[in-house]
Amino acid sequence: MSQPVMVSGTILAPSSTMATRWQYLDNVRRNSGPFTDPDVFDASEAAATNMEQINVFGAGGLGCEILKNLALSGFKKIHVIDMDTIDVSNLNRQFLFRQSDVGESKAEVAAKFVEKRVKGVSITPHNCKIQDKDEDFYMQFTLVICGLDSIEARRWINSTLVDLVDMNNPDSFKPLIDGGTEGFKGQSRVIYPTMTSCIECQLDMHAPRAAVPLCTLATIPRQPEHCIEWAHIMAWEQEKPFPKLDNDDPEHITWLYKKALARAAEFNITGVTYSLTQGVVKNIIPAIASTNAIIAASCCNEAFKIATNANPALGGEENYMMYSGNDSIYTYTFKHEKKDDCPVCGNMAKNLDVDPNLTLQEFIESLAARPEAQLKKPSIRAEGRTLYMQSPESLRLQTAPNLEKKVGDLVGNGDEIGVTDPSLGRVDFKFRLKFTSEFVKAETNGHAK
Amino acid sequence: MTEIITDPTLPILHGPSDKEKKYDRQLRLWAASGQKALEDAHILLLNSGSGTVGVETLKNLVLPGIGQFTIADANIVNESDLGVNFFLDEDSLGNSRAECCVKLLQELNPDVKGHWLPLQETHTVQNLLENDRKYTLIMYTYPIEPQDLALVQEYGNKHKVPIIAIHSAGFYSYFRTHLPGNFPIVDTHPDSTATTDLRLLTPWEELSKFANEFTSDIDNLSAHEHGHIPYLVILLHYLEKWKAEHGTLPSTYKEKTAFRATVSAGARTNNPEGGEENFDEAAAAVLKTISAPTLASSVKAVFDYKPNEFEAKSSFWIIASAVKKFYEKNKQLPLPGSVPDMKAQSTVYVRLQNIYKKKARQDVAEVLAAVRALPGGKDIDEGEVETFCKNAAFIKLIHGSEASPDNITTIAEAEAANDETAAMVGMPLSLFPIYLSLKATSHVPTACTSDILAAIDKTIPGASSNPRLAQVAEEVTRAKGGELHNISALTGGMVAQEVIKIITKQYIPIDNTCIFDGITSRTQVLRI
Repeated sequence: MSQPVMVSGTILAPSSTMATRWQYLDNVRRNSGPFTDPDVFDASEAAATNMEQINVFGAGGLGCEILKNLALSGFKKIHVIDMDTIDVSNLNRQFLFRQSDVGESKAEVAAKFVEKRVKGVSITPHNCKIQDKDEDFYMQFTLVICGLDSIEARRWINSTLVDLVDMNNPDSFKPLIDGGTEGFKGQSRVIYPTMTSCIECQLDMHAPRAAVPLCTLATIPRQPEHCIEWAHIMAWEQEKPFPKLDNDDPEHITWLYKKALARAAEFNITGVTYSLTQGVVKNIIPAIASTNAIIAASCCNEAFKIATNANPALGGEENYMMYSGNDSIYTYTFKHEKKDDCPVCGNMAKNLDVDPNLTLQEFIESLAARPEAQLKKPSIRAEGRTLYMQSPESLRLQTAPNLEKKVGDLVGNGDEIGVTDPSLGRVDFKFRLKFTSEFVKAETNGHAK
Repeated sequence: MTEIITDPTLPILHGPSDKEKKYDRQLRLWAASGQKALEDAHILLLNSGSGTVGVETLKNLVLPGIGQFTIADANIVNESDLGVNFFLDEDSLGNSRAECCVKLLQELNPDVKGHWLPLQETHTVQNLLENDRKYTLIMYTYPIEPQDLALVQEYGNKHKVPIIAIHSAGFYSYFRTHLPGNFPIVDTHPDSTATTDLRLLTPWEELSKFANEFTSDIDNLSAHEHGHIPYLVILLHYLEKWKAEHGTLPSTYKEKTAFRATVSAGARTNNPEGGEENFDEAAAAVLKTISAPTLASSVKAVFDYKPNEFEAKSSFWIIASAVKKFYEKNKQLPLPGSVPDMKAQSTVYVRLQNIYKKKARQDVAEVLAAVRALPGGKDIDEGEVETFCKNAAFIKLIHGSEASPDNITTIAEAEAANDETAAMVGMPLSLFPIYLSLKATSHVPTACTSDILAAIDKTIPGASSNPRLAQVAEEVTRAKGGELHNISALTGGMVAQEVIKIITKQYIPIDNTCIFDGITSRTQVLRI
């Protein structure tokens, strides 16, 4: 009655003697296609077997996928940097980790796993911060892929790679591929440092979440989040139930949760839960395996095309792919323009609106929140003078008196300032100040208003 | 955004369970209800060819905790499998590919149960589909034998099971979902910015009375009181004034900008800040909130649809029919009842929230009464009615798909016409040629370019004269039916998202084919 059929009947699976491990890759590495650029494509066996050294930042959700994809794309030498250890909440997507790995170094476990699974690939783990490595370290790579969850780390590596470019040394030029996800959405982008739009040029696409004013938290909470932030920022500081807040300690989160719950009850606010408390305190972004798979594979597909020239890659005419899976599937692939006034890769100072009547202290604080700056620990110089230095301590003390002075007392309208922030590498952010209002010179001391 | 996982009414203060900890990052997207649906599901993969895209899809479903999965595959693991499939290792060589993949996939999550079947003379697709196991969803990958394809389609139709066909080769891929009949979704997760519905143009009595409390003597309020009037109260006040002066409410863009200027002018500036935050909020909300609600076309499509006898018995269509009655009577949908955050005193804000919640509950009660009066409406869960009312403006119906050859030629013509203009203005070109070329290799993966073009010409006469189609066909030939891991990993991610959306009935699945071009890094969704 039933007709026995072999599903593989027409699938010309290569006979075992003919089969070679990389034959599917070789189909596109050893043969050009109609869209391949013949001027740069090298179909030789040597080119195919000698794929470059690549560096991956982050061995988290994207990082695990990236390592797997690179190993199966023919890349032979890979380095991975991640300072994190494995947490149980990683297991729903970071598929190189098991329950028994909880607490171990992500970079080390991931590297070992992929090396064991894919024969012939060498992965060197670095269990440290990306900022711990110097320029010599980064010089050894031909391509860098980022699967990071922090904007700050991205900005650091971006400025470091821009800084590395030496026009007389073609090897100093390292394409940067970056991926990011949130829920069912994500993006991947390719950056040619100094030549195309960099992460700093695109900073306004990743605006920080607006902070709730402290007075709302203190006096007129309305949302469950306000009660949690109050517990987090105010109650904790006041009561110090434990020496130092550890976001990963359930006892600490439970303390905050109870505080927030009591505060909410006082104001008849509903909706404070343990999960929400954890989400607000840790600023948790929802993350799933499938979105990581999409974005990581997009990054590695671009890396493969850049390394082999088998087909044109993103980076020139188009350099950014946005993906959204919430409502059907939607991608938008476009060219993000390089900005001449980019503080990292541009050569013009960026205009920055500022009220000259702010004190330098207020101005410095505002730099953290402004989408175009997002600088948390800035030091500032102007026309050869140092206005404020965060470190070393001697310079900080020397420049601290300036913090009380008004911006208009220290600089003039249209002046250029240089800002540095240690968390973002050695780059000097250049801004041209545009005063937004008339500067009212303060009365001299002793003549109170 | 976030669903409540721990019930706040219970005195549980010891934190989340182990499972909640492990799945925390996804529960924030689809909540416990979505997770339950995933855990109850059993997915079948009919695997073939170079065999990676289906396995990559399963990886993305095993990790979030799908209940069970089965892989059926006739292939024995060979060298080339190890160069493309991560869920095989040196020890797999010479063994059943289905078995080896299941073993290595299952390692990812001890909560998931995996089964495998080596398709052989004694184990056929027919046996597989005739056994007692019930599948929630079936995926198959190309190339596939036509007779097996027919069996899968028959099973899907008979058991009302969604089917996803996946084809990945070289730098290209596409997948096509086949939903059994029409597929309505209530929990579509619209953007939070889109969901604000304050009914400022048609305030009900209690809301107007509440607003008057603050604004009847607005000029004599203290600075503190004036600076803490909730913005929606400010808007109601100025709308009333506007109506008294103009006879109508602001409706055109010009009127609305004029209205916005009036609102802004109401702010007191004789203070150190030189303005008031709540008035800024009010002015910013004018264009978004001062407009008569229109019925979204997707909701209209639900109202206009005539469910068949089978569908009409489902709770969705019974509630939809009650909501439609509500809409016809009240000229608006049930109120969702949420109030966005705004500057206000805590007590005032909570009162405002309660006013909206109360009205929303009244609307739910009216819909519920209508539901109860309908045949089959007695047993419908009140919670389901409540959820429906809350999401009424965003419900969505995806029509089931039936392939017809006419459809293909119509799409081909439309896409070709689009390309002519797209080329002129520098817009991306259609990815339909990728679909056609891959489709032509459904059963013969190593077909040569001329065979591919000849096959396409049979369905769409003259299609091969399009030079771009010829190029795409050549690119397909280049891959010789072999997958590239990156393209299959990416496609497997997209398919897994779709499976999750279909199983959880949350978010909006594609309708019905998604094509991916790994050269230009683009997708296109087409109804084929």
